[in-house]
Amino acid sequence: MNIIISNTEGIPIYEQIKEQIKAAIFSGDLKDGDLLPSIRQLAKDLQISVITTMRAYNDLEQEGFIVSVQGKGSYVKPKNPELIKEKKLLEIEEHLLAAINASKLVKLSQEELIDMLKFLIEEESND
Amino acid sequence: MTNILELSNLTKKFDSFSLNNVSFSLPKGFIMGFIGHNGAGKTTTIKLILDMLKKDSGSIKVFGKDNLIYKNEVMERIGVVMDSTYFVEEWNLADLEASVSPFYKNWNSKKYNDLLDDFYLDKSKKIKELSRGMKVKLMIAVALSHDADLLILDEPTSGLDAVSRNELMDILSDFITDENKGVLFSTHITTDLERVADFITFINKGEIVYSGTREELLEKYLVIKGGRGVLEPSQRELILGYREHSVGFDGLIEASMLRMMPESVVYEPCNLDDILVRTNMGGNSYE
Repeated sequence: MNIIISNTEGIPIYEQIKEQIKAAIFSGDLKDGDLLPSIRQLAKDLQISVITTMRAYNDLEQEGFIVSVQGKGSYVKPKNPELIKEKKLLEIEEHLLAAINASKLVKLSQEELIDMLKFLIEEESND
Repeated sequence: MTNILELSNLTKKFDSFSLNNVSFSLPKGFIMGFIGHNGAGKTTTIKLILDMLKKDSGSIKVFGKDNLIYKNEVMERIGVVMDSTYFVEEWNLADLEASVSPFYKNWNSKKYNDLLDDFYLDKSKKIKELSRGMKVKLMIAVALSHDADLLILDEPTSGLDAVSRNELMDILSDFITDENKGVLFSTHITTDLERVADFITFINKGEIVYSGTREELLEKYLVIKGGRGVLEPSQRELILGYREHSVGFDGLIEASMLRMMPESVVYEPCNLDDILVRTNMGGNSYE
């Protein structure tokens, strides 16, 4: 896993760490049960304060991405339903966006697109 | 969190200067930057911790123990880097070890020699032949060789070039990868602290004006800029360190007050210098 911090983006450093660890989990770069770098090691490597890294890890733990074991370190939380859901939601969003963009090309109205979606959902449940 | 250093209501009066009710604490496992102008009271505070000056009143606890009652035990576990070396200039680095090591129970000769190698310090060199950056590293090598748990550095970066300052920050971050250790680090160069310090304590005219996490402090304020005449007088009053020039204005604003500002202003995150200058934590206007 790589974490690259930018000081010019205007995004707080702890946010950048959070997002990049999440991205590594989604991409499969970090797998269930993988050990993350220790808070203090990461702070040292990135030349940032311990509190900044702690905040990123605390947020990730609260959001259910990682679990911290006292004295052992932080691990990627195994088989997290929330995490899978978030990943799926992203996928759905992507596909829906593709549908919206395609509908724009043929000048399909919003109502027609929604009707089409409803029709497909009904068809699916009738099967 | 246990505090590695705890000062309460520390007071010391001199004829022309006094340290008034100085209180702050540093939890173990973290780095605290101690910021203030020259003459604000940083060195006096540090000298009181090290019992190089006698306090008038208040208390100092290091590792949870009174620094005077348990003086020997406490001092053994503190590593000190002052703005000039307290070593004899004619000594070479081997003489230095011979002279200093008897004072410490935990002196580790192998570690001292390893650190000198790591820091590219030549044992046969005399202290007076070392550059300022090398002297700082030497003092750190001594502190780490007697297995200090608390490092106290007084203006260690003044006179150091950017490369040496960066190296020093690396050494400090490395030091606190052990969560039982701590660093108190005084400076007037705030960029050193911009990244590695967990806590910031501001001192001005012998009084503490802020002590808390660096993140909290930096998130509290924003730099605000805009054109001339866009602010109502009531809005202008909310701006700290307001400065108007021929083509606009700038200043600092509490993040919570941003909603009171007109849409045309721009704002950006601030740094420690902005806070130091604009809120005049070094002056009188800080509330």
